[in-house]
Amino acid sequence: MHEMSLMESVIEIVCQTARQNGATRIKSVRLDVGALSHVDTDALLFCYEAARYGTIADAATLEINRIAGEGWCLDCGKTVALEERFGACPNCKRHRVQMTAGDELKIRDMEVI
Amino acid sequence: MCTVCGCGTSAIEGNKHEASGHGHGHDHHHHHGHHDRGHHHRHHGAHEHDQQPGHGSVDYGYAISGVHVPGMSQERIIQVERDILSKNDAYAAENRCYFGRRGIVALNFVSSPGSGKTSLLVRTINDLKNRLSISVIEGDQQTSNDAARIRETGAQAIQINTGKGCHLDAHMVGHAAEELAPEPGSVLFIENVGNLVCPAAFDLGEDHKVVVLSVTEGEDKPLKYPDIFAAADLMILNKADLLAHLDFNVGLCIANALRVNPRLQTLTLSARTGEGMEAFYAWLESSAPHRPARPKVA
Repeated sequence: MHEMSLMESVIEIVCQTARQNGATRIKSVRLDVGALSHVDTDALLFCYEAARYGTIADAATLEINRIAGEGWCLDCGKTVALEERFGACPNCKRHRVQMTAGDELKIRDMEVI
Repeated sequence: MCTVCGCGTSAIEGNKHEASGHGHGHDHHHHHGHHDRGHHHRHHGAHEHDQQPGHGSVDYGYAISGVHVPGMSQERIIQVERDILSKNDAYAAENRCYFGRRGIVALNFVSSPGSGKTSLLVRTINDLKNRLSISVIEGDQQTSNDAARIRETGAQAIQINTGKGCHLDAHMVGHAAEELAPEPGSVLFIENVGNLVCPAAFDLGEDHKVVVLSVTEGEDKPLKYPDIFAAADLMILNKADLLAHLDFNVGLCIANALRVNPRLQTLTLSARTGEGMEAFYAWLESSAPHRPARPKVA
């Protein structure tokens, strides 16, 4: 359940950023989470409820923007969709694919009052 | 935040932007020391910020959003653009700096529970006592049994209990390293919490992650838990003395691991009988790139 530490980190960063910007409440938070990153979005949402409690973000909505996996296939010489980390290229079925997207784990922006 | 260069994180992280040294060439129009703490703004608010007296310019780059989005008041959006792991990574960078300055080689041992990490470390310390100075940071949910096992060898050890936590993070390791104070030029083993999932995400400031897999676990572990094998530099297949009694296919296991991480180095050994340990010691001594006696390698 490292999602809990990740969420605590999210809440810490957004609350700190909000206060530094003179905001009193956080209305919403948007995250970019890649489909191939090592986190489970349901677990993130679950932990979010607990982590935001008692902070200036305790009524903030959470939007998780899923980013699809993509990789560069060395054999096909093009960008292909990647279903799983280190998965095969959907065209040539070989495994020489370097992941180029889908590994994101980032706080994009937030809305404050 | 400055949305041109993204430099505004200086205000977030509390260090001055000027330190980055790129002179900030693009024009912000606002005449304060760029995100300085003392706010003395002298520009006219076309928008109603009562905290901004003065006149002379109209600045859509100033407000907390640092950006003008049609139809949206500027106060409402803050671009954060930070990695969720950025806090941990900053601590990890501090640790790496600390280890680097003292010529300490730090290795982060990860595996599932029961793969024989502690036995491997105990054997290594006993065998290398006269060649290397070794200290250990032990991570477990509870008890200090592992640290006690290490201390029996005469090596220094410190136990971190994570409580409900499933991994060590860079902050915990930083504190432990401070307390342990490994001697310059020594080797620091960090034994992570037994878990093949979460420790993959957390950089501790180590030189290498070493994943330990025992032959009683199944050849497809690297495919089932790819993140940790992708993050590691060395895979140790432990309990090789049991191979005669099992149907474990070493070649298949290594092939699976290489599919996930083509750069992974692999060693097969037994910490119980000592078979194959010499190869690990050779790897260990060759992976000590920054001894204080030698010139620094970038």
